[in-house]
This record gives sequence, structure tokens and C-alpha cells, in this order.
Amino acid sequence: MPSYLFVESRDPFESRDVEEGYRLLTDLAAQRIPVTLFLVQNGVLAARQGARAAQFTALVAHPGVTVLADTFALQERGMPPEALVPGVQASDIDTLVDLLMADGQKAIWH
Amino acid sequence: MGKTLTVLLMDPPFESANTTTAFRIVEAALRKGHTVNVFAYEGAVSLTMQGQQPHPNPAHGKTVDEEHHPLTRDIVRGLLTSGGGERLHWINCGLCVDERGAGDWIAGPRRGGPGDFWQWVTESDQTLVIPCR
Amino acid sequence: MAKKVVSIVDTAYRATLEEQDDTVVWFNHMLRQSGADITLLLTGNAVNYAVRGQQPPPLSFGTAAIPFPPRLDQDLRKAIQAGVKLVLLRDDADMRGIPASALMPEAEQISREQLADFLQGFDLVWHW
Repeated sequence: MPSYLFVESRDPFESRDVEEGYRLLTDLAAQRIPVTLFLVQNGVLAARQGARAAQFTALVAHPGVTVLADTFALQERGMPPEALVPGVQASDIDTLVDLLMADGQKAIWH
Repeated sequence: MGKTLTVLLMDPPFESANTTTAFRIVEAALRKGHTVNVFAYEGAVSLTMQGQQPHPNPAHGKTVDEEHHPLTRDIVRGLLTSGGGERLHWINCGLCVDERGAGDWIAGPRRGGPGDFWQWVTESDQTLVIPCR
Repeated sequence: MAKKVVSIVDTAYRATLEEQDDTVVWFNHMLRQSGADITLLLTGNAVNYAVRGQQPPPLSFGTAAIPFPPRLDQDLRKAIQAGVKLVLLRDDADMRGIPASALMPEAEQISREQLADFLQGFDLVWHW
């Protein structure tokens, strides 16, 4: 079964399109399709605890969705791991490449 | 055994965080033994321009040497000559080069077009399009 | 087996006057001419590309000019004639008050609820 890797570079406060992306991932996960959301750049800003990003928080809580955040982007923005929404895993570019190159992966940069 | 990744870039240098992330992806993929094809479209054809020059930073109080301002042409050159060896291929979209006057680039990239990108796509295990906004 | 591609276009009128076309629509049209199986999915602002009757006037700047501003609906029609399939997100058109009667009849319309299923039909999903 194909899986989806969604690389999100923007936060939901700068573009409404970002939340539409979260919604798409929820819809895919509802069909039991494996979904990974990898946050890079300003995309990690949604992952700070206390951010008013209810749709993002709900996505993180979805059992079928894995949410990873680029450690470099987190460090760049002064976001330590303990400041993240529970369920978001700090990750790295090597993992992103491994995910990109996984068999059957549909990769979308948003 | 390494696989083949094709990446399409659109952002010009010094305009978007996408560029550095793309460079990090290319570097990591090469380091892991993959082959990487980069198709530079639109402003991304300027990433390899020979004529880029570093500058000092008066806000930092630094000279040219002290600031060590990274140039995208040097980053691409580094990727082409270090771990990349023969596993990094770079095409600058010809029409984009022409309209931008960006034809003087470092050694390594070659001129191409959409047909080259499609050829790469058919031969690659993964293709990632990084859009600009 | 040939790879099926859907290119999602959501940013509209970006440098289209300087280029005299949309560079993403153009690129995908060219990929089709190279044999690619391409579907263009218009979302966000780009749904407006399918509005019929776009007629930007030419521009002049002293002795320089932009004589042929693009008419994106006509460019899309040429891409369709080359074999590109055109789909648009109905919800994004509704949000922008674009009535169905204003849109090119060649554009298939899907709802956001159908998007997940729609994407399953493609090997590669590119977001421009």
C-alpha cells in the first residue's frame, strides 16, 4: 500500500492552505493509509505547545498520523523538545531522506 | 544500494528558506549513497551563477572575511565535488537561464529543459518538487 | 508502467505578466509534450485560471512593453488540447464566489472531500 510523506514548510497562521493540508492528511489516515507529516522551516511553529492550532493538535493526536519536526528548524527557532505538542517527534534531515526514498512513498512538499 | 532522487527547485538564491532545506536534503541523500538529480527551474537557475560575490556585514561589524558569507554557487560546488562525486547531476532550465541572463555558471551544471526533467522522473525512485511562494 | 502525475497548482498570477504565461502550467504542458501523463489540479487562487473571459490589457513602461499578457483560460485550453487533463477544486471556487457557469466546461470539478480518493489514482503528486 502506498504511503504519504507530506513536508510542510509553512505554519497555519500564514496560509489557510496549511490547514487544508492537515485536513487532507486526516482524510487519508481515515482510509488507513500511512501518513507522515514532516515539519520543516516555519512549519514547526504549529508544534509549539500553546499555539492556537487546534487542527494541528488534532492531527498529532490521530493514531494513523506520524508528525515529525526538523530538529534544525526547532533549534533555529528556540523550540526545545519539551516545548512541543505531545506526540510531535523531533527528527532530522537524514530521517526525511529515508522517508523520501522509502518504497511506495508519495512525497508532497507543501 | 543507493536509489535515485530527482528534485526540482524554483527559488532564487537568498530569497527563501526552501533553498537551504533543499541543499540539506541533497547533502544527506548523497551522503547516504543515493544519486541525486537537481533540475533548477525559474529563479533557481541563479543558484549556480559564477558572478556571485560575498560582502561584509556592517550590522554584524564584520569584514568580508569575517562574515564568511555563504554563496549558493559555493554550496553547489561543494556538493558537486565532495561526497557527490559523480552522483549529483544538475540541470539549469535553459529558457529560465536566458530570460534571467544567468548563463555564466560554475563548472558542473548543464543546460536542459522539461524533457530532461521528465527523463529523470521516469528513471528515478522518487521525485520531489519544491515550489516557491 | 508509465508514471501518472497530478500537478497541484494553487498559486495564481505569480509573475505571469513578466513571463506572459504561468510557468507551472507551461512546464506541465511541456512535460505532456515529452510524453508524460499529466493532470493539472487547480486549487486555491489558481481555480480562477479556469474562469472564462480573462482579458488583461497590454502594459507599457516608457519604450518597453508587455504586449501579450497571458490569458490563462486559453493557455489551459491549449494544454488540454495537448492532452493535459484539467481538474479543479469546487470548494475553492465557491469560496471565491465563482459560479459554475463562469468556469471552463473542460475542467472536471471535484470537492475537497473527494481529494484523498482522487490522489490515490496517481503515482506522483507534485504541489507547485
